[in-house]
Amino acid sequence: MRGLLPAILGLFLLSFGAVTANDRVNDTALMQKRPAKLLSTYGLFKNGAKQTPNSGVHPYDLQQPLFTDYASKYRFIYMPLGMSAAYNATETFDFPVGTVLVKTFGYPADLGEPDKNIRLVETRLLIHQASGWNAWAYVWNADASDAVLKVAGKTLPVSWVDAAGDTRSIQYVVPNKNQCKGCHTYNKKITPIGPKARNLNKDFFYRGGVMNQLTYWSDNGLLKGAPVPAMAPSVPKFDDTHAPLDARARAYLDINCAHCHRLEGPASTSGLFLTYGEQNAVNWGYKKRPVAAGRGSGALRFDIVPGEADRSILIFRLISLDPGIMMPEVGRTMVHSEGVQLLRDWVNQLK
Amino acid sequence: MSISGPLIAETINIEPSDNMQETLQEALILAEPGSRILIPAGTYNFTGALSLDVPNITLQGAGMNSTVLSFKGQTSGSEGLLVTSDNVWIEGLAIEDTPGDGIKAKGVDVITFKNVRVEWTGGPKAENGAYGIYPVESKNVLIDGALVRGASDAGIYVGQSQQIIVRNSRAEYNVAGIEIENSYYADVHDNVATHNTGGILIFDLPNLPQQGGHSIRVFKNRSVNNDTPNFAPPGNIVGSVPRGTGIMVMSNRNVEVFENEMGENATVNMLITAYAEEFDDEGFNPLAQEIYVHDNTYGRGGWDPDGLAKKMIAPKTGVPLPDIVWDGAVGSVWDAFFGPSDDETIHIKEKEGTSFANLDFVYDMIVPWQAGIDRDISNYGGSIGVLKPVILPQDSSEKTGD
Repeated sequence: MRGLLPAILGLFLLSFGAVTANDRVNDTALMQKRPAKLLSTYGLFKNGAKQTPNSGVHPYDLQQPLFTDYASKYRFIYMPLGMSAAYNATETFDFPVGTVLVKTFGYPADLGEPDKNIRLVETRLLIHQASGWNAWAYVWNADASDAVLKVAGKTLPVSWVDAAGDTRSIQYVVPNKNQCKGCHTYNKKITPIGPKARNLNKDFFYRGGVMNQLTYWSDNGLLKGAPVPAMAPSVPKFDDTHAPLDARARAYLDINCAHCHRLEGPASTSGLFLTYGEQNAVNWGYKKRPVAAGRGSGALRFDIVPGEADRSILIFRLISLDPGIMMPEVGRTMVHSEGVQLLRDWVNQLK
Repeated sequence: MSISGPLIAETINIEPSDNMQETLQEALILAEPGSRILIPAGTYNFTGALSLDVPNITLQGAGMNSTVLSFKGQTSGSEGLLVTSDNVWIEGLAIEDTPGDGIKAKGVDVITFKNVRVEWTGGPKAENGAYGIYPVESKNVLIDGALVRGASDAGIYVGQSQQIIVRNSRAEYNVAGIEIENSYYADVHDNVATHNTGGILIFDLPNLPQQGGHSIRVFKNRSVNNDTPNFAPPGNIVGSVPRGTGIMVMSNRNVEVFENEMGENATVNMLITAYAEEFDDEGFNPLAQEIYVHDNTYGRGGWDPDGLAKKMIAPKTGVPLPDIVWDGAVGSVWDAFFGPSDDETIHIKEKEGTSFANLDFVYDMIVPWQAGIDRDISNYGGSIGVLKPVILPQDSSEKTGD
């Protein structure tokens, strides 16, 4: 009997451990150098198909999301227990090692019923390891039972019914790791883009009720050093017609373009800098000549010609689908007509 | 950092597959630093861009006419191959028919293109991609034995970079054959630029993170028969390059152009100008200063000037245009009256009979009483001192020991 007790105890611990692994996020798997083949390994979801997060995994969204072919996005953040990010007023928060940013892309069969018949396409992870951030994309099985790692990315057909009732079909592009870095780069290192104070400073419908996200993150220990929301920067929604046009246009350019188009980003070579805070008019495109744009210039002379959207390279590249011309370079295969309309209105009233 | 070669020479042999997009891209992502990735002979089709972000990699094909990466059916991505990691060597392969740029290297320290071909196979067309071989914001750039055809902007384009060698390469049927832009310390030598709109261009543009191009040597090149009408989309700076330009220096300081052969360039063999567009950038110097042109040979040139040269230069010089034309743009009225100071002028030492014109344009000003031009080449003696050769860490032939 004496010899048996430790064995039973060991068995008990083993089974307890197994239960725990299903119940909680798998930090060990997340910190491995090689990514897991299956998304479920990480234990980020209680129910992947329904995008129900595990405990410690918090949903959030952004005031102004990047346009990605009208995909619905479900965002979550996970930090190991007891850790928190440091607040920053203008840049992405300083997240601790162990942080995971989760973004699932899906399409409801009918955009008129955005919560029904959602087809999950992919889930992208940004995992903060000791060596830096890593980016991986997982493509969901047809039955949404699990998602499989795609290192080299993938192109797959997706279709849905849009707001006007028309069927839209595209070749959806799941990015590879390098393409993830193509946008998620700050001074040559992989970096998150969305979780900045100005993008998060809005209300969110939590299970417990409506709360400002910055407040929720602070209250739940995810964020340290944040001011009250009223003192933090914010941006308007691009389609909020009550907000000033200039602020909406600059916010749209900020989230859709400025991760590359800034001095520290991949498009630094262009000299076109589109961050929300950019004050130098030539830098944000005002009468700025194209550089190394090739066909992208469209025979036009300036990025923005005040008062003349149709003569502005900025608009020309947003309405193109030609890979040698279109902007952004990745992330869309169709035109975001609502966003383009906003920028047209903005350029046309510039003096 | 090891720059002479991989420490662990793991070799990855790419097996041709039905899905080379995924096969090759996966290898480019999963390769350990120090690997050689070998692509066998064959033509492979891609629908999206390829990218490399692992340092210390050799990517090698079986030769520029044997291993062909075709992007004719590309539907996404703005270049064929993008390199963003340090110490990368690309050798013996071809990139064809990209809708955007051919191979781009952004922010790379130590990048080599050896015997690489980039080509748009349908000939010169405005629909072709902009740049063939395109290192930008990079350091220690070696382009050796390249062949680039059909770029709608520049065949070999090095932008906002430092420490550059472009040699033994051939650029033809591009708008610009070889273009060095907003860059420091470049040697461009022993290249052939032919049947482009303009052969070799040394440019500097405003409103960019790196500007004030300087310390560039252009020597022992042949820039001849540049006779392709400009097919660049208008709006781009090379869109204003006249058909039949041999070597052109625009803005920049400390540029030495020597022992080149120029000829059969219908607009002008050698052109030196300021950046002439309006700009809003206090830190930018639009003038070409301390340019030293010597010991070149000049064949026929200037008999049929094109574009701006026809409009702005020919009325002053007559046709044919002289072998060497300088717009004469200087910084102030003072300089315009009394001649440019030594650190503003250009220097020329060519054999007897070389023709020349200083057009005496005053930058951004009209001085009607100073309407003459100066054809006396002897007024432009002197030199700029010796520019040092560029030496690159990856260039074994230049190595003195290791």
